[in-house]
Order: sequence, then C-alpha cells, then structure tokens
Amino acid sequence: MKSSANFLESKLPLLFGVLFILGLIAPFAMYPTFLMKILCYALFACAFNLLLGFAGLLSFGHAAFLGTAGYVCGLMVRDVGVTPEVGILAGTVAAGLLGWLFGVLAIRRTGIYFAMITLALAQMVFFLALQIRATGGEDGLQGVPRGHLFGLLDLNDNITMYYLVFAIFCFGFFVIYRTIHSPFGQILKAIRENEPRAISLGYDVSKFKLIAFIISAALAGMAGATKTLVFQLASLSDVHWHASGEVVLMTLLGGLGTILGPIVGAATIVSLQTQLADSVGSWVTVIMGAIFVLCVLSFRRGIIGELQALIKRSGVN
Amino acid sequence: MEIFGISTALLGSQLLVGLINGSFYAILSLGLAIIFGLLNIINFAHGAQYMMGAFVAWIALTRFGISYWAALIVAPLIVGAVGVLIERLMLRRLYKLDHLYGLLLTFGLALIFEGVFRDQFGISGESYEVPELLSGGVDLGFMFLPIYRGWVIIASLTVCFGTWYMIERTKLGAYLRAGTENSAMVQALGINVPLLITFTYGYGVALAAFAGVLAAPIFQVNPLMGSNLIIVVFAVVVIGGMGSIMGSILTGLGLGLIEGLTRVVYPEASSVVVFVIMVIVLLVRPAGLFGKS
Repeated sequence: MKSSANFLESKLPLLFGVLFILGLIAPFAMYPTFLMKILCYALFACAFNLLLGFAGLLSFGHAAFLGTAGYVCGLMVRDVGVTPEVGILAGTVAAGLLGWLFGVLAIRRTGIYFAMITLALAQMVFFLALQIRATGGEDGLQGVPRGHLFGLLDLNDNITMYYLVFAIFCFGFFVIYRTIHSPFGQILKAIRENEPRAISLGYDVSKFKLIAFIISAALAGMAGATKTLVFQLASLSDVHWHASGEVVLMTLLGGLGTILGPIVGAATIVSLQTQLADSVGSWVTVIMGAIFVLCVLSFRRGIIGELQALIKRSGVN
Repeated sequence: MEIFGISTALLGSQLLVGLINGSFYAILSLGLAIIFGLLNIINFAHGAQYMMGAFVAWIALTRFGISYWAALIVAPLIVGAVGVLIERLMLRRLYKLDHLYGLLLTFGLALIFEGVFRDQFGISGESYEVPELLSGGVDLGFMFLPIYRGWVIIASLTVCFGTWYMIERTKLGAYLRAGTENSAMVQALGINVPLLITFTYGYGVALAAFAGVLAAPIFQVNPLMGSNLIIVVFAVVVIGGMGSIMGSILTGLGLGLIEGLTRVVYPEASSVVVFVIMVIVLLVRPAGLFGKS
C-alpha cells in the first residue's frame, strides 16, 4: 500500500499537469454545462473526502452546506445585486459558519452518532429552507443572474463561465491538497488512525476535527454557490438528504481517502445520472442504491484505490 | 373548555397525534437500539422497512383480501424474513470492518427499496381502510377519540413493553444482553452468536414493519413515508442514547408528546422541535439522556 502510494505520489505532479491541460481544453470537446456540473460536484466530493477520507469523520449532512451556500449566493446576487465573485464568497462564508455550528455540536460524539447528528442537523436546515419565504420553498430560488465577473467579464457566455468554475475548482482542490499535505493533515490522519493516541500525544483533537469540518463545509459551500450561478437556480433538492447521500457515494465509488478518487467518482455518478435520467426514470435511485451496496460489499477501495492496488501488484515500482 | 386560551379539544387531539407519533418513534428507536446493541450498525433501511410493512399490508388487503389482523402478523414476518436474508447475505460480511460500512450498506438498501416501490406505486400514496372493528370513535367529553388511534397507542406500547420484558427478563434476552457486552465470550460459552445476531436483526426489522402496518390506516401508504420519519428517529436515538431499552421507549413517547404540544403552541416549529431538543441535549449531556459514557 505504502510503496504504491509513494509511486503515485511521485507521479502526481505529472498527472496533475495532464489533468489541468485536459480541463483547459475540455469545453471545446464537450458540453460546458455538463462539465461545470461535474466540476461542482467534484469539488463537493473532494471537500467531503477531506473529512471522511483523511479525518475519518462521516458527515451525512453535507447537503446543508451545498444548499445553504447556494441560497445565500443566489439571494446576494439576485436581490442584493452584488457581483458573482462576492456572491460565491458570501456563500462560502455562510457555509463555513454553518459548518462551525454543525461541527461544535457533532464532534461531541463520534462514529455512528456523528453521522446521525449531522444528518439530523441537515434535515433541520431542510425544513427551514422549506418554510422560510426567502428560499422560495419548493420552487427554489429561480432566475439568479450570472452577471459580470468583477463587473467586467460576461458570465452568460458558457465558455467564460466554465473557466471561472474551473479556476474555482482548482483553487478548492489546491486548498484541500495543501491541507492534506500539511502538518495539520498529518495530525488529522493520526486522529483517524488512533484517536486516543493522538490525545495522549497532547493534541487538542476536538479543535483539529472542528477546523477540518469548517474547511470541508466552506469548500462544499463554494461548490454549492458556484453551482447556483451555473444553473441560475438554488433548489430545495440541494439541501435534501439525497444530496448528502450522493456525495458519500461519489467519494466511496471513486476511492475513499485518495486525492483523485472523489473527482472520478463525481464524474462517473453525474454522467450516469445524466445518461440514465431519460431512459430509466425513477430507477435512477435504485441504480444508485445498487452501486452503493456493491461498493460497500466488494469495491471498498473504489476506482482509484483499485488502480493503486493494481499498479502495486503489477510491480511497476 | 379552555386552558391558557387553548381549547381542550384542540389540545387533546394534538396530544393524541403526538402520542401516536411518539409510539412510532418508540417502536422504531427501540428496533434501532436492539440492532445497534448486538450488530454495532445503524440500520438506515429501518424507515424503508417500516414503509414495506405498510405496503405489504396494503397489497395483502387489496390483492389477496388478507385482513388487517392477519397483516399485523404476516407483514412483520415477511419483511423480517427479508431482513434475515439481508443479514445473512450482506451485513455478515461487514462485521469486521468499520461500523460506518454497515450504515452505508443499509443506506444503499434504503435507496433501492424506496426506488422500487416508487416505480411500482408512484408517490401519490394509497389509502388503507380502518378495520371495521376499530372504526368510529368515542366522545370523551373533552375530546373525540377515534378508536383506531387509541388502538395504535395500546398496540405499540404492548409491543414495546413486551420487547422490554423479553430482553430484560427472559433467558433469550439474557443471551442478547450478554452478546451486547461481549459476544466473543458468549460464543465461547457455547451459544450460537451468529444465529442470535440474525434473529436480532430480523426482529428489529419486524418491529419496523409492525409499526408500518399500524401506521397504514392513519397515514397514506407512500413509498417515501419512511425516509423522513427515520431521520427524526435518528435524532430521537441521539437524544435518548442507545444504551437502554426503556430509555428508547420513554424518549420516543416523550418527544412525540412535545412535538404535539408544539403543534398547538407554535405550529411552524413542530417539524424542527425534535432537532432543536437534540441540539440542547448535545450541549448539556452529549451522551444522551439514557446514554452510558
């Protein structure tokens, strides 16, 4: 495991470079809106993976951050009239604050209780979003203008919008990468592996968990705010527990605790949903559930995890 | 009659609704607690299994003419049997792994069940007639009590306390409690722990299905009826802590009543009051009201 990780680690700069170039030319080969959707969900999943994959905390309420940031960004841009970058920033900050609230409460318990608490808190956010008038209830927040970035660049052009989303994704990914590879990230891993030992070494475990939670929530919010601008809509389904489940599935399918896994998982799930939505209708939920069951039973390393294991077996190292 | 400017009829009927919801919370959180005690997993499919109980009763009545009373026995048996299969074929492979995988697996199963029923029956919901024996109601003077609602409370409390008795006072229950404490030791003493685990999961699932049959005549039989309920039940479980059987029952009932009261005083808050209480409990007593650690 370690040697294959080292091998991949040594090739990562090259891999990132290739992916970056692919990201730059992608909108000329594929439908930009589809790509933007993938990037938003990929950032969402990466943010989630920071928590589950590297800190061992399963949050079942990440939809709350995605959705809340979407609403805040939408309201700021549409009703207050700020520029898009301010809207995204506002959404990110709002999600970070909400993450701080959730985190303070949820890290009082561990394991399964942590998952249930985050799910329950997110459901509370869902009910509030359903009842508060500002969110538009079941209709959602419609007609959010994309506006002009910095008051200059017209985002109604899909290609311009795509590069903004791509830049935001790269920024978020960089933040996560740096977090994981910092001393802070090492301590998170230590907590994941053996919490009592981390405590006995003198680390304030709760503080580290809380900071990880806030970073993850804020980045999930950044994805949600960006998504609102892309689709010019903030909807109730983004706060629903289905969205929380989806991000778990993306991360699990791509490879838990791998740096690229969530991106692969998000791309796979979003493509599947887009493909299946027309042909099978309500069976999409069943298929998602079946992928979940299969992943848990016999594909726990995920796509990237399996690839790493394959490279290790074939002895490239 | 009025108390604090609220008519007793309104207060009484909302408290009754609260008590009914509370008894569903009690049965469901009881099932979750039993399963968690021995298997160490949270059964996310609990809500879906509750929904399946209601649907089996509805299908039994409309397609095969099987009465409500027979469905009260048959539906939990069928859904419980599905639970036994799930445990034998899937959950069993996960016991050596992180407990979170059990949660993820049952979440996937919940999606599958929900999706299949939604495809078959749509989301508009089907109504289930109140059985003749329990239709009508009695006037209690201060409020009108539909007999079926009274029956639901009695039936669910009987099942809850029966389960409590079985676990706390019988030999089988003693095995179960011992298995919860230290399953390796119980196994070493010659008790078939894997069988005990299968039985426990099946029983917990059957409890959920039983609640589903009870709920069928009150609520619409709907593929989504379980998923929103189960999240509230999770909050109930966090509030009560899963360490005590009686604790689960009392917490469930109490929260149902509080929810009913909230609906009288400030209806807008009724859907979130349980979550708010969860937040308060986490701040004051993080282990839960009846929790151990």
